[in-house]
Formats: sequence, C-alpha cells, structure tokens
Amino acid sequence: MTDLILTSRMVEHPSDSHTIDRYRETGGYTALVKALREMTAEEIVGEVKASNMRGRGGAGFPTGVKWGFLAPADPRYLVVNGDESEPGTFKDRQILERDPHQLVEGIVISSYALGVRHAFVYVRGEYPKPARRVQRAIEEAYDAGYLGKKILGTDFSLDVTVHLGGGAYICGEETALLNSLEGRRGEPRLKPPFPAIEGLYAKPTIVNNVESISNIPWIINNSGASYAAIGPERSAGTRMFSLSGHIKAPGNYEIVMGMSWRDLIYDIGGGVRDGHELKTWIPGGASAPWFVPDQHLDTPVTIDDVARNGSMLGSGAVVVMDETTNVVAAAHRIVRFFAHESCGQCTPCREGTRWLEDVLARILDGRGRRGDIDLLLDICDNISPGLLWPPAMTTICPLGPSAVSPITSITRWFMPELEAMIVESEVAVG
Amino acid sequence: MNTAIAHWSQANQERAQRILDSYPEKRSAVMPLLYVASLEHDYASLDAMREVAALVDVTPAQIQSVTSFYTMFKRKTVGTYLVSVCTSISCYLQGADEVLEIVERATGANHGETSADGRFSVEHVECIGACGGAPAVAVNYELIEGLTPAKAQQLIEWLNDTQPEVVLTDEMQQLFGGQRSFDWGPTESEGAIAPVPAFGPYGSAGGDT
Repeated sequence: MTDLILTSRMVEHPSDSHTIDRYRETGGYTALVKALREMTAEEIVGEVKASNMRGRGGAGFPTGVKWGFLAPADPRYLVVNGDESEPGTFKDRQILERDPHQLVEGIVISSYALGVRHAFVYVRGEYPKPARRVQRAIEEAYDAGYLGKKILGTDFSLDVTVHLGGGAYICGEETALLNSLEGRRGEPRLKPPFPAIEGLYAKPTIVNNVESISNIPWIINNSGASYAAIGPERSAGTRMFSLSGHIKAPGNYEIVMGMSWRDLIYDIGGGVRDGHELKTWIPGGASAPWFVPDQHLDTPVTIDDVARNGSMLGSGAVVVMDETTNVVAAAHRIVRFFAHESCGQCTPCREGTRWLEDVLARILDGRGRRGDIDLLLDICDNISPGLLWPPAMTTICPLGPSAVSPITSITRWFMPELEAMIVESEVAVG
Repeated sequence: MNTAIAHWSQANQERAQRILDSYPEKRSAVMPLLYVASLEHDYASLDAMREVAALVDVTPAQIQSVTSFYTMFKRKTVGTYLVSVCTSISCYLQGADEVLEIVERATGANHGETSADGRFSVEHVECIGACGGAPAVAVNYELIEGLTPAKAQQLIEWLNDTQPEVVLTDEMQQLFGGQRSFDWGPTESEGAIAPVPAFGPYGSAGGDT
C-alpha cells in the first residue's frame, strides 16, 4: 500500500483521475476533513516535521523545517512552485494534469496549518493543459465548499489563484518566482531575508514544490511517522523520478528511494536501447554533475549517497546517454540552456555561461584550440571557485554554478574524448 | 472598467477585471494581463504594454522590462501557428535537431522567423517538460510528444492544408505523436486558437472545460 502515494489514482483510474468525483470516491478530501475538524495548526505542522519529507523541487530542504521558519506577521502566503523547467524533469506536469485535486487538498491543509488565507499556484507558461486542469480543480473545489469562505463550516477561509509563468527557467528559483508573481522580471533576490520572513509583497511566505504539497494529504491521513518509515532514514517517502534519454522505458516512476542506480536504470527503466551500452547519466537534472557506470551503478539512489558522490538528486530527473553520445555536444547543449536562461544580474553567470557555450561550440565546430580546456576550467572557476560540489558561489543563485557541472563532468570522466576533438581540429587547421 | 481598454472585446475586458480581482496587489496581474493584451493586439505591442501599464498603474517602461524578460511575450507579430521545437538535452538525444530542420524547411521560417504568408512562426526552445516523450514540439503551446522528423513534415502539411482555427493537443498527438512522457488520460476538447496560453481567464479557447 505504501509503495504508491502520489500516483495510485492515476494508475488505477486513468480515464478520470483528475475529476473531483473520482478523487472523492478514492478517499479524496478526507484528510482535509480530518485536518480542519480534528487537528490544530500546530499538530499538522508537527506531522509534517515528523514525516521528514525533504522538498521535491531540487534543494531537498526538509519541508517541516521550512514551515517552522515562517514569521508570525500577517498576512502570509503559500506559493506552490509548479515552474518545473529543469531539463529532464516532467513529474510535476503529470501530477498537475492527472491528479490536481490531490494538490488542491494539500494546499488547503497546508494553508490552514500555516495561517494562510491566499495561496498561489505558479505554473510554467508552457504548461497550458496542466494549468487548465488545476484551474478546473480549483473551481470544482470552490463549488464543493473546499475553498472560499468558511470551509467545511469552520472559520477558515482560503482563496487560490493560478498564475501562469512566461517562459523563464529562473523563475523556479523561489525568490525569482516571487518577483515574477509580483509582476516583475524574474530575477532572484539576495538572501537573507528568506521568503519565510520576507517573501511575496515582503510578507512571510512559504514556497513549496508541487510534489511536496501533493504528499500532505497522505501524511495527514496516515501520520508523519508512517511517512518517515518509508525508505532510508534521510530520504523518507516515495519520490517521482523522470527517466529520459537513451532509455527503453522513459517516463515518470514513483519509487521508494534506496535502490541502486543499476536497479533504477535497468530494472525500472529497462536499460539502454538494444545493442547499446550505458555511457553516462545525469542523476538529478541538467544542473547535476554526471555519473558513470564503472563508478556509480551500485551507489544507492538517496539524497545523501548521491551528494557524497559529488552530485545531487535534485529534481529527480535522470537523463541517460548511451555510447553513441558525443559528450562534448551533450555538454554544449546543457551549457547553452543555462546561457539562455541566465537572468543577467550577476556577471560571472551572465558572461561566463556565454563564454562556456562559445568555447564548446568552436570545439564542436572543429576550431578548438590547445588552451581551450584550461580556458573552460578557468571560466568555471570564476563562476564557482574550486569547482566543488555543492558549489562555491560568486552569484546570487545557483544557476551559474549549474552550467559548470557538464564541463567538470566531461573533463573528469571523458577527458581523452575532449582532447581528441581539439587535437583533431588542430590537425585539420594544419 | 478602465478606459484604456474600452476598445477591447467585452470578453477580454471581463477577463482583465477577473484577473485584477484575483490578486491582493494589482501589479501581480501584469503577466496574465500581457497575455490577454497580446490576444487583442496579436502580440505584446507597445500599445498592449501601454494599456497594461494603465491597468496596473505603473509606467510603460516597467511593463516593457517585464515583457522583454520572458520568452513567451512576443514583441513582434507571430504567425497563426507558433511552432516551438524543443532542442534541450533529452530531446537533442532523440533527434530534435533533425525535427527542427524539417520544420524550418517545411514552413519556410527559420528560428525566430515568420513565414512569408504569415502562417507559421518557428522557434527552437529550451526544455518544455516532455522529456519522456522526446522529441517534443508544441503548436501554439499545445504539446505533441514523440514527433519523428517524418511526422513533423506531416504535421506542418496538415496545418497548412486544414488550417484549424483551434489546435488541440490530443488531436495532434493522435495524428502525429508517438511515445508520450506518461498516459495522458481522456481526450479533451480544449485548445489554443492563438499563440498565447489558453486556459481559464487568460485564453480565447478552453475557458469552459
């Protein structure tokens, strides 16, 4: 029973898992009734703390601890982060599209616990269908009395607004998201102050990922301790992984953490395409340093084990590459993404990501120069001194250091391939 | 309603009011209002930006600073069909560059351009969250997953021949798509008639799901 928390409804009822009727028929909104009628706000926060759930947006910060930082000033806000844009990630899209009421119920419970009277769902602009589904679910919830004034006859009232983004990866960073929601450019803010103290309209604000909030109804129905009991100690609960790239069975998989990468890639993902070999994979979205088969196949899929091996589980996006992949071209594609999405505030990121893109492009174009590898690493060192992971930063947010990951990955694991491309181009130039 | 948008359609004036009513501070309405203004003016034109500025009481320059930050606010005319080809890492690994090449050739518009007849605008875009169904393309932001180069050719020909007023993600997926990121569930009749996100208070179609 505990093996599926988030996706059981969409698996068992594919034709109508998104409707309020099916949601209620399968136990939906019972957690809300329990929370509002039987529990105090403090008790709910206590359960979420006890669940040990770590945020599912990428940073992995414990949700209950984050809630504990919320300043007492009024009004305060809950903002659900559905700006999912990390290349390789498509899990929130499925939750928004296929089980939006689970998210809405989580929002109402969380808002009650946090003393919030107006919550927002920020959905990336490229997700019109998921946004329509959430909008519809919210309208259904209003009609059913789960939203609006005096919910379930209590004194608790809540409004929820869906906000559509404009096509900017950086708005997934929580302070950039808040600026965007205020009708401004999506540029990250300097922290502190953290959003829990000064967030939306400079009021105390909690920003949580779609998947995180969608777990709340289960936690209320089954207790925080039951959630904490699932999986390894510091990677509690189930988690959505998005598998893509050269893999036989791409898709989202809700799994209990702790299995090996071998199990995830071969047993769950079906392995790489027939007749091909695994070359490398990205364990947690385009920002994460890459893993390689002879080092990491037996590493457990947990937040801490991946971190100990110099990368991160991030958003749960696993991008698999087989031996046909030109790793320099793949790195260029990822660096190009970060160069395009840099907001431009911090010089090391704005200038550095563009330089990295240009140097990789000329290597790919057969115009590589002998000093290019040193140049790449020098630029990386200016963005993220020491080339460590987690990265040291010269920038307000981690976008710049994310562009360093593909470079350090290819120089660490595929240096001969990179060098060969440069030598070849020198021969060609004569 | 504000006189600045008295020339908007009744429906879009009502949308604008609903949007303004849904935020505690009206500046938050800038992005959704820009989408609606883009419906009125075909794109986020200078007039569109001035009107949004008047609605939320900030300067037009402040609105322009927002418009220029986000890729989905278009600052020049967009064709009837905006074809966005994802070329980020997962789609790249599955042949997105060939899909882009086919789309550019079939439409006669390269990245950032609009075809001479005004029918197609083409762009390559960063990750659109369809990595499990790579390569992915969106038409007016309505998604098609598992689109091979050959199917991309057919998609453009179909748009050219049938010129649908509303593009439906489910219909296009059925006709031209392949591998999907996940089970999409039941077919919907919502869709977009203009290259702006179409849902709820924002768009021209699909408001009454």
